[in-house]
Amino acid sequence: MSIDMAQFHQVFFEESFEGLDIMETGLLHMQPGAADSEEINSIFRAAHSIKGGAGTFGFMEVSNFTHVMETLLDEMRDGRRTVTSEAIDALLQSVDVLRDLLTASQDGNDLDTDRAAAQKAVLEAILAGDGTAAEAVADATESLDSTAAPLQQITGWKIVFRPHQNILRTGNDPYRIIRELSELGEIRSHCDTSLLPDLAVFEEEDFYLSWEIFLDTPVDKQQISDIFDWVEDECDLAIIPLVGEVEVSEEEAITPAVTETAAVAETAATEPAKATVTPVAAAKKPAASAGSKSKGGGSIRVDTEKIDSLINMVGELVITQSMLGMLGEDFDMSRVEKLNEGLSQLERHTRELQESVMQIRMLPISFTFSRFPRLVHDLSSKMGKKIELQMIGEETEVDKTVIEKIGDPLVHLVRNSLDHGIEMPADRVAAGKPETGTIQLIASHKGGNIVIEIHDDGKGLDKNKILSKALEKGVIADGSNMSDKQIYELIFEPGFSTADQISDVSGRGVGMDVVRRNIYELGGSIEIDSRPGQGSAIIIRLPLTLAILDGQSIRVGEETYIVPLVSIIESIQAKPEMVNMVAGKGETFKLRDEYLPVIRMHDVFGIENPRFTRVTDGLLVVVEGDGGKCGLFVDELLGQHQVVIKSLETNYGKVEGASGATILGDGSVALILDIPDLMRLSRKMIPEHFLKSA
Amino acid sequence: MATILAVDDSASMRQMVSFTLKGAGYDVVEAVDGVDALSKAQSGAFNLVITDVNMPNMDGITLIAELRKLPAFKFTPLLMLTTESAPEKKQAGKAAGATGWIVKPFNPDQLLATIKKVLG
Amino acid sequence: MSENAIEKDKVATEAHLEEGGNQYLTFNLADEDYGIDILRVQEIRGWEESTRLPNAPEYVRGVVNIRGTIVPVYDLRLKFNLEFKPYTQNTVVIVIKVYSRGQAKSIGIIVDAVSDVLHGAHIDVTRSPDFGNENITKAISGLATFENKMVVLLDVDRLLMEPEDSASNDSDNDDEEVADE
Repeated sequence: MSIDMAQFHQVFFEESFEGLDIMETGLLHMQPGAADSEEINSIFRAAHSIKGGAGTFGFMEVSNFTHVMETLLDEMRDGRRTVTSEAIDALLQSVDVLRDLLTASQDGNDLDTDRAAAQKAVLEAILAGDGTAAEAVADATESLDSTAAPLQQITGWKIVFRPHQNILRTGNDPYRIIRELSELGEIRSHCDTSLLPDLAVFEEEDFYLSWEIFLDTPVDKQQISDIFDWVEDECDLAIIPLVGEVEVSEEEAITPAVTETAAVAETAATEPAKATVTPVAAAKKPAASAGSKSKGGGSIRVDTEKIDSLINMVGELVITQSMLGMLGEDFDMSRVEKLNEGLSQLERHTRELQESVMQIRMLPISFTFSRFPRLVHDLSSKMGKKIELQMIGEETEVDKTVIEKIGDPLVHLVRNSLDHGIEMPADRVAAGKPETGTIQLIASHKGGNIVIEIHDDGKGLDKNKILSKALEKGVIADGSNMSDKQIYELIFEPGFSTADQISDVSGRGVGMDVVRRNIYELGGSIEIDSRPGQGSAIIIRLPLTLAILDGQSIRVGEETYIVPLVSIIESIQAKPEMVNMVAGKGETFKLRDEYLPVIRMHDVFGIENPRFTRVTDGLLVVVEGDGGKCGLFVDELLGQHQVVIKSLETNYGKVEGASGATILGDGSVALILDIPDLMRLSRKMIPEHFLKSA
Repeated sequence: MATILAVDDSASMRQMVSFTLKGAGYDVVEAVDGVDALSKAQSGAFNLVITDVNMPNMDGITLIAELRKLPAFKFTPLLMLTTESAPEKKQAGKAAGATGWIVKPFNPDQLLATIKKVLG
Repeated sequence: MSENAIEKDKVATEAHLEEGGNQYLTFNLADEDYGIDILRVQEIRGWEESTRLPNAPEYVRGVVNIRGTIVPVYDLRLKFNLEFKPYTQNTVVIVIKVYSRGQAKSIGIIVDAVSDVLHGAHIDVTRSPDFGNENITKAISGLATFENKMVVLLDVDRLLMEPEDSASNDSDNDDEEVADE
């Protein structure tokens, strides 16, 4: 039967990537010299598993590469090799190479064999050099049977098989072995029972029989000895060639247990060649990432506990439902109370179930944070800076989609801190700061949101520099009225960069606005604050889950819309003196110190018969999106509730101004507003609405 | 049909072994390391155990030694999954009471052939 | 569904047309009889209030909730530039499965009334002449006669072929500048 191995590949890749993470974390923790036994063992096991799986499932390049890593790790865990920082670095680089090899294998792209070979050479150099007495364990060679067969045609074999008394304790069955022999050809056997003791002293767990077996087929001796492979040490065995039905030697020379001698090869006597460990420059990048699947696309690991509690809850729901069903069958008004009770139970169970299901998609944010120790380690040494990374709140649970999408923006922000925030050690000391800078990554739950903060104790943002750059690039016309915070947030504007030189780490001027847009697309918000000379802080707020939204219902004419609560700043009743008509058509209103545009919902959405057409008669919902603020002019505010987000794209397509839809309690559909999109739409339709504030 | 206990900390290996053996009509119980295997062994009846060597919490060789202490497993075939580059593991395994070994990497057919030989 | 699978599906449908082994659900619209592949019909519902989609073309009446999925509803009369007929309790919405840009979608079409199911074997299918109405013509897959009645066979995938929606553009942002080096 042939089994298609491909069905196991997915799991193999998943666990291999996890294994790589374990290796990387372990290697980062490792200190040269002392090797914590359990730590290094877990790194070894991870490499060993990857190698084994790769070999089994046919990824030979991966297997061969990992083998060298495994060998090095094996020596280190056995104590045969001291742990050097050189070795750790080489292994860390190898983890990178291996990761790429695995990704290419998973995507079916070409493997960068040159890079792998080069890195392998680096590892092999370490293995060969630096004077540790490495014993190359050569293949075991069998000592040849002492009885020499004369140069005559072999017609068969005589096998003398004397199992030791304790052979059964190894789970080996002599009959099984003889059965196997019989598969090689015809056999005749003679059983020797002479050693069977009296019943009185008979040990039922011991074995007392032996055989002479004649195999009349001229097979390879190897085939015979292979059959006895497992029991070599548990029996006395002689395999004697038969030539023309005559035994070669008269005496039955029984060699007690065919011995295998492991030839210990010479110590690698080569002079410890100065293995120059040069970081392997990836000369040829593996096939373009266009072909790669997005990481974490298909599956998710879930605690069985979560599944169990889910099953329990569904059970409760079923009970409540059947109870209600029975009530409904024979209902009269006297049973109203029971009905209400049942309904509230239903509500409770449904809510619990909903929370539980959302829980399933929740993973600790450590999945995202885990890449940062390595990042900071590598970049800080590259830049010659001393930086310590503190991660707090790694166990904070976040929706799986958030985990996937927040990674890249966070990387960019951390890189920024590393590059522009933290100063060179000498500068820090000169400023009276500790030589080692600190970056903190903090995750927490605050009021239905995930809050992720990045703090650094670097030199902070240069307000004046930002302002002048913004003016220079035409991002703003005049900065005289801006608060410090507003100035700092200019860095999120497109086309902005204050880097003196564009370092290869960040600062190309296309980063921060994309970061902000990514975060908005996740339904979140981002803020930045700074104290000159002391450091900066970035605060990102994200919704707990992407499938559910806290919304405020609003009414315009006959239509109901949902405004995401996270976008709402406040709702006000505009007073006439607050509202200005500009250029005869557009309206703005004054909120504290700002003049914000009014979006007439019924105009932008083409709604007939709105209840109010004068802004001061209706309500203004002040919202924020994509860095800008505006007021939505609506007829009425309805309730606030959690809504389930349903896709419009599945069966229809994109609706400008809406991010999706939801189903209200009465079964009807309501659109969920996309504030930045709405603002764009409004600008498009009625440009006069959006004159920049004077 | 016979029941086999398959022990390996790698999920993909466990799946492959399990799938292969079940396809041949064996019943298979999986365990993720020596500790898990030992606990399952104590509450189940198995005709054969096949185990990886390198596992966390309790490695394969220790598992074999522990299983041999259990009356039910005194004579049960216990097979190790080893890699070709570790002959000393085979010795250690034998010393612990292993019946034999299967060398990694192996393909499903090799696995089945070996199991059939042992279980008949 | 992969491109190949869709092609196969369509080819199979067309082959059926040739063989006359297909079944068509017929409906009435402005005194004309039309037929659509019965395999594409998901359900038939009565008219119910739909939620307007802002700034959408006139023939897009809105969206409705069908067992938790948001389904757009189109008025075929308006789509075919025919005179609008107000909806009554007898107005019918046929929910059909269409393929648009490789994706399967469910949409609802508002028609005047639903008629019999015709078996392909009983009708004669000929290629259609120009119908004189651009919107209808491009969706026609054939003309059939049944008991002296003319039934216009429609290809549902071509019914709504204008891109009235801006192409699905919510692909993940691939930020090359934030990619790991």
